[in-house]
Amino acid sequence: MSEPTRNDWPLYEVFIRPKAGLDHKHCGSLHAPDAALALQLAREVYTRRQEGCSVWVVPSSQITASDPGDKDMYFDPAEDKVYRHPSFYTLPQAVDHL
Amino acid sequence: MYTQAMDTGPKEERQALRSAEEAALEARFDARIDAGTPIEAKDWMPAHYRKTLVRQISQHAHSEIVGMLPEGNWITRAPTLKRKTILLAKVQDEAGHGLYLYSAAETLGTSRDEMLAALHSGKAKYSSIFNYPTLSWADVGTIGWLVDGAAIMNQVPLTRCSYAPYARAMVRICREESFHQRQGFESLLTMMQHGTDAQRTMVQDAVDRWWWPSLMMFGPPDAESTHGAQSARWGIKRISNDDLRQKFVDACVEQAKVLGVTLPDPALRWNEARGHHDFGPIDWAEFWRVVGGDGPCNKERLDARVKAWDEGAWVRDAALAHARKHATKEQAA
Repeated sequence: MSEPTRNDWPLYEVFIRPKAGLDHKHCGSLHAPDAALALQLAREVYTRRQEGCSVWVVPSSQITASDPGDKDMYFDPAEDKVYRHPSFYTLPQAVDHL
Repeated sequence: MYTQAMDTGPKEERQALRSAEEAALEARFDARIDAGTPIEAKDWMPAHYRKTLVRQISQHAHSEIVGMLPEGNWITRAPTLKRKTILLAKVQDEAGHGLYLYSAAETLGTSRDEMLAALHSGKAKYSSIFNYPTLSWADVGTIGWLVDGAAIMNQVPLTRCSYAPYARAMVRICREESFHQRQGFESLLTMMQHGTDAQRTMVQDAVDRWWWPSLMMFGPPDAESTHGAQSARWGIKRISNDDLRQKFVDACVEQAKVLGVTLPDPALRWNEARGHHDFGPIDWAEFWRVVGGDGPCNKERLDARVKAWDEGAWVRDAALAHARKHATKEQAA
């Protein structure tokens, strides 16, 4: 990461676990001088109403994302693979709870 | 709080498309809009769509931040500890709303520093409602009821805005906004039902002063709106200024009855044929005067923002110096 200039605090992405047992979910971003303060600020900005019980912050510059231009190429191949879903298989009623 | 129909910027001509490739991209973009597919930050978008959103979202963010000032004025003088904690929570929410929105605007390629510089230099606009003073405690409740009520009316359709980062921020904001409106109404109701005559007079006075500026929050009439048609085409603005304003008036008439206050408009009456309330003419000269910088508190609000920013500089510097020191230590270790 490049050294932040005077006014330019780096951007962090914020992930919140809404309650014990659930996944952390992306909920937004914020600027902070470092990770410790990013955590503190994330609590103030994103969990004022008990929206979470755990917070992750990740420097935005550290995230590698798929290219939206590649969306079709990436995800369409799964479209015609219906046999990957349980509903593809018709079974006798007696064992249909499988 | 508070987008006012934020199409009060200068009218801009769209640039002619540069190439056949760009025309094809724009056709695909339009098709996505028509299909209701949300647009994300890294998707291709027309330059004018990006510019329109940066202007609207940053103006909206500025409004949240400046919107803390009129009510912040009453935090130290709230009548009870209960009202004080409620007001603190509400003002903190407005700060949070500003931050969600600045982040949403940044996904479009503008920086926080650029946006703040535009606000502090007076170049950027914010909702003109905040250039009115908060003269009594009843103003706090009235802002919750009318100003936040108008804001909710404006903002709920924005949760379906075609630009997804903005729409997601609006979902969070609308969820929190409901508390703002309800606490305001309840505060007024308490004064009207259990207060003294002086308190009831104070509530009526606040309603008299905030009613018309609240109606102006929906922005200029559709016929004069500079960006309305294009924003509608792009799924940025789903319901017109005048339709939202009418919906707000209709809702408020009933709420005013429950409160026992009079809305300061002699022309306000039910129109059976339209199925809506008719209301008197809005003083658009006043609206444009306040938008243009000549409202009762424009200078005071901007000065307060700039002062807060300047006086916080040492805190920001110290936080960065601390972060750098620790980064250096970790590298050395």
